[in-house]
Amino acid sequence: MKWATEDGGWSPYLAGALVGILAIVSVYATTQWMGKTNYLGASTTFVRAAGLLERTVFPDRVAANEYFTKEKVRVDWQFMLVLGIFLGALIASTTDKSFKLESVPPTWEERFGPSIIKRGAAAFFGGIVAMLGARMADGCPSGHGLSGMMQLSVSAFLALAMFFGVGVVVAGLLYRRSAS
Amino acid sequence: MIIEQLLGLITGVAFGFLLQKGRVLRFDKQVGAMLLRDMTIFKFMLSAILVGMVGIQLLASAGIIALSHKAMNLGAVLVGGALFGCGWAVMGFCPGTSIGALGEGRWHAVFAIAGMVAGAALYAELYPLFKSTVLAWKDFGKIGMAEALGISPWLIIPVFWAGIIWLFVWFEHKNL
Repeated sequence: MKWATEDGGWSPYLAGALVGILAIVSVYATTQWMGKTNYLGASTTFVRAAGLLERTVFPDRVAANEYFTKEKVRVDWQFMLVLGIFLGALIASTTDKSFKLESVPPTWEERFGPSIIKRGAAAFFGGIVAMLGARMADGCPSGHGLSGMMQLSVSAFLALAMFFGVGVVVAGLLYRRSAS
Repeated sequence: MIIEQLLGLITGVAFGFLLQKGRVLRFDKQVGAMLLRDMTIFKFMLSAILVGMVGIQLLASAGIIALSHKAMNLGAVLVGGALFGCGWAVMGFCPGTSIGALGEGRWHAVFAIAGMVAGAALYAELYPLFKSTVLAWKDFGKIGMAEALGISPWLIIPVFWAGIIWLFVWFEHKNL
């Protein structure tokens, strides 16, 4: 087993194990300094971002919305965590020269061609469906997949099985037709 | 107040750094896993879970932190999980990795991010409808595996470790 990949990255086992340590430190640190145990997650931030944006146009609508009220539209710990992911990835990729401007991912281009509009439309509609699902299931691969599994939550096992099981079927339908 | 945001930012930078170093932010890695060609994201995720679950269980057993299970709401997790799987396969990112992918220059992630923000706004509109239907079918509450099985988590963790290590050996053997 190698600790580094050919392109200067780290073994996924090593980087993953370090995320495990980060998760432990993070639950401890949030409990100590915020008085509440916070677990790694990402999808609720999209609700807060939607609420912040929508509030600039329809403030009354956001204030009256039950779901926005429940999730509290504000720049909280997780919101900053998600912004931090952007910065961390920017730092890591620019320091090891793996940063690359890419308009269409290679796997997509091979199957569906180089059109940015086609890719953009699919990603946009895929994003809508995925976020409806993540909010309904109350978590994404971070909240359920990492944090839920670490806590041995029953919901996490079922959520991850659904995410991946359905993902495999849909990806198979999308990409395998060309191969046959 | 500001300590909360600062703590979130620092944790996020470290998280994003490790996600990028593990090379799991790429569209091709996520779709590669769903096409059962490249298990990088699972090696990463399961390694994090193996390490994290031991520390979190220790801290919880010592009463230092509180566990916070997400509700085992059957309709929500089944239908929501299936919707997420569909969207994930088409989009090629999950919420956290889309932001990270943007950070490593894969600017097409903006379409996915815009879609997810729109999806979140739509969910907020549809919430009353879901609350009276899908979310109302059967809620088993915030349960953990240990309580559900009636055994100590310290019996589950070694079994989980053994199963995942076996899976890792298999991944390496198959060159996935």
